[in-house]
Amino acid sequence: MRKTLGYSALIFLTALFAAPFVWTLITALKTEAELYAYPPVFWPAELKWENFSNAWTALPFTTFLKNSVIVVVLSTVGQLASSSLVAYGFARFHFRGRDPLFVLLLATMMIPWDVKMIPLYMEFNLLGWINTLKPLIVPAWFGEAFFIFLLRQYIMTIPMEIDEAARMDGANAWQIYWRIHLPLMAPALVLVGTFHFMNAWNDYLGPLIYLNDQSTYTLPLGLALFKGLHEVDYISIAAITVILCLPPLALFFYAQRYIMDNALGSSVKG
Amino acid sequence: MATAPATPRPSRRKARGAGITPWLFISPWILGFLFFTLGPLVFSFVMSLHDWPIVGTREFIGLENYRTMLQDDPQFWKSLWITVKFAGLFVPLNIVLSFLLAVLLNLNLRGTAIYRTAFYLPSVISGVALVTIWSWIYSNEYGLLNYLLSFVGIDGPNWLGDRTWGIVAITVASLWGLGGSMLIFLAGLQSIPKELYEAARVSGVPPWAQIIYITLPMLSPMILFTLITSIISAFQQLTIALLLTDGGPVNSTYFFAMYIYKTAFRFHDMGYAAAMSWVMFLIILILSMLVMRWSAAWVYYEGQARKDDADA
Repeated sequence: MRKTLGYSALIFLTALFAAPFVWTLITALKTEAELYAYPPVFWPAELKWENFSNAWTALPFTTFLKNSVIVVVLSTVGQLASSSLVAYGFARFHFRGRDPLFVLLLATMMIPWDVKMIPLYMEFNLLGWINTLKPLIVPAWFGEAFFIFLLRQYIMTIPMEIDEAARMDGANAWQIYWRIHLPLMAPALVLVGTFHFMNAWNDYLGPLIYLNDQSTYTLPLGLALFKGLHEVDYISIAAITVILCLPPLALFFYAQRYIMDNALGSSVKG
Repeated sequence: MATAPATPRPSRRKARGAGITPWLFISPWILGFLFFTLGPLVFSFVMSLHDWPIVGTREFIGLENYRTMLQDDPQFWKSLWITVKFAGLFVPLNIVLSFLLAVLLNLNLRGTAIYRTAFYLPSVISGVALVTIWSWIYSNEYGLLNYLLSFVGIDGPNWLGDRTWGIVAITVASLWGLGGSMLIFLAGLQSIPKELYEAARVSGVPPWAQIIYITLPMLSPMILFTLITSIISAFQQLTIALLLTDGGPVNSTYFFAMYIYKTAFRFHDMGYAAAMSWVMFLIILILSMLVMRWSAAWVYYEGQARKDDADA
């Protein structure tokens, strides 16, 4: 009885969570007539796959994609490099002021983005970075508190003896980081990379503030652009939305194991 | 460790730590903190003391921006109230629903991995895509939601065009991404020792009482964590509202964060926007501190309790 109830609830909820995705995909494959039909058409008479190519060429999406890829790749590389370096520094050294600094690092997570958004705009404006992709890439090369925290926790679980042994063999701090900890951190790096990729790929506000020129737009801005056109083209919007969802979904399925393991392995206990 | 050295090892680590090496490793964050956090914070405060248009001359006006906000700007209070209403809807629902989903998943029925993935998926695509998807569902003319509601005899409202329902629509769309909180609760549930439930069952404690006396106390640290992060994200809510309703209808979803954003980047009044962003920062800080203090009354830390027992 309890099981039946559980199964019905789970299946109902799965449908509820999946429905919006499915509905968007179906919409992307409809004809104009089917789009405006009432009651809604649940399965198009003919799946119009050409909607995707039509939508893609309606606006310079190849350019937007190129910009998105540049931002995501360069910022992810930077994030992985910088956050792992800093995490190693906090996890493996004793130095004066380390603990207060680490608390400060954690505290920065509480600062709302809204407070930094205006001065950062002025700062990037001063540097002449507005309308370039730099504001979306460069800050990622200086580490992010949450990721540093995550990687540091991971390094803390690795026995100190490994470092000691390497040091006996004459390895210096950099070599221990590069040859030992970076490979050992791989699962945590996948996690950080995935989270950062998704944030960067989906980011709307950053590009909205820093980019004015269409040639610098990223995909989310391009998609939003559709809404402002003379005649709102819902089918194209749905098609681009589907395309925009694909990379994070694919990455999620690849990294799923790490995400679940991390959440399930590191409960926030006092 | 099985092979402890016979003589205490000299603290070589400490000696080495005195050098510049650790600072080199953490230097990216230090620089980032100075240029992308501390600098902007100070700069933003300085701006808040000025009449600072995006172009043109700026003028030092002391606390005038803050005075205007509190005394002469009804929109400030309205936007703040809208954000508080949204937080009042979003925060409890986010916690309760992600908790219930985690409990369901923790029944460990067959196919749990699939359900877990389904519940988490929406968190993967937040942003413009999420909003577009929801604008279909809410659409007045051909939306899925009102069509489905018509089956149960409900004549659905114009979700995004109605002063009452707009904020509800934004709340529901935001709740769709509760996967992260759900995973945290699930992790908590799985770390509760099975023996506790076993003992309770043997003593004849009914299931509902097990939830109140075992599950909730054991999960209280995660509840606290989710509470604070949900409050912060509720106050910062901007993307969804901006794209779904753009503050409308009749400014009924003109969130505080949106007011800040528009003041800065549409009305180009940087000084006033900076002042408002500082007020938001203070509100979040004070709320978090109040929650932390209040939490001492209900958060149960296992390690702490054991220590107290030992002390007694």
